Amino acid sequence: MYDALLAETVTVTGHGGDRIEAYSARPMSPGPFGGVVVIHHMPGYDDPTKEITRRFAAEGFAAVCPNLYSREAPGASPDDAAAAARARGGVPDERFLGDAAGTAAYLRGLPSANGKVGVIGYCSGGRQAFLALASLDVQAGVDCYGAFVAGRPPEGFPLQVEPIVHLAKDLHGPLLGLFGAEDSYPSPEHVAELEAELKAQGKPYEFHTYENAGHAFFAVNRPSYRNEAAVDGWSKVLAFFREHL
Amino acid sequence: MCTYLTEKIRIDGSGKGAQGYFGLTEAMVYVDHPQHAPYEHTVNIDFLNPALGPSARVAVELTEEAALALVDAIRSALAAAPPGLASSGQAAPAAH
Repeated sequence: MYDALLAETVTVTGHGGDRIEAYSARPMSPGPFGGVVVIHHMPGYDDPTKEITRRFAAEGFAAVCPNLYSREAPGASPDDAAAAARARGGVPDERFLGDAAGTAAYLRGLPSANGKVGVIGYCSGGRQAFLALASLDVQAGVDCYGAFVAGRPPEGFPLQVEPIVHLAKDLHGPLLGLFGAEDSYPSPEHVAELEAELKAQGKPYEFHTYENAGHAFFAVNRPSYRNEAAVDGWSKVLAFFREHL
Repeated sequence: MCTYLTEKIRIDGSGKGAQGYFGLTEAMVYVDHPQHAPYEHTVNIDFLNPALGPSARVAVELTEEAALALVDAIRSALAAAPPGLASSGQAAPAAH
């Protein structure tokens, strides 16, 4: 089986027509393939997120991860860029949506595209994936331990975001949620609140909460990595996107 | 979520980053996930000069014990020196 990939830095047109940096990975066969917008975690557009993007390509999807901190820190290393974005309260929702829409358009413009695009996000990106599924033309979304979909940041938090659980009624496609039972943001109570709203709105969703896992259990380079949750989570993500994209 | 209370202060001094020394104007102190230290949470201190861009940053990620020991060490070092010796209001350097 021909399994060559092409992974490279590209430029996509984001919010306000801004040209932003992104990391693309896609199979080199003709397709057609579904597209995946990969939303990086709060610590930034880093090597492990690029590794996640390549994994999607190896599994038969065209994947693009936009650098949501392109404007704050062009050319800076991911940790410096993340510190700068953190100091500014994170990425404004409107700007994120513009960048995600531009990335989805880029994916649909690939000759190998099948026209369907999903979105997956980690940490702060989990909330952003939910926001994208509610606001953009995407067919499926995966929220990996995204905080503040339900629940409000406590006073003094540098992340200046509003809860968006009320947007559940607007979801354009099914939502897969993967959470850690030991996480505080989102806590099991936050997850339950979101689940109740999805049920109330009759929206298709699939949630899994892993015992012995907290926040960021997919992060292979951090002590929060949990092998069992990550391996099972990856299999659920891939099955979900294969079904819906 | 990866975010907890952040203390931000104005500072005066210099730090050495990837591009060499630069003047410092701000410090941020927060307990959060580290980028590199092998713990789920650490006390993170960023010494910054935002006017020079995001890369003008000296970052440290310390355990709670290390951070508190650092506070004590700073206080001890200052207590051992004449008051005002390292103050921003100190006299101009004398010729040796």
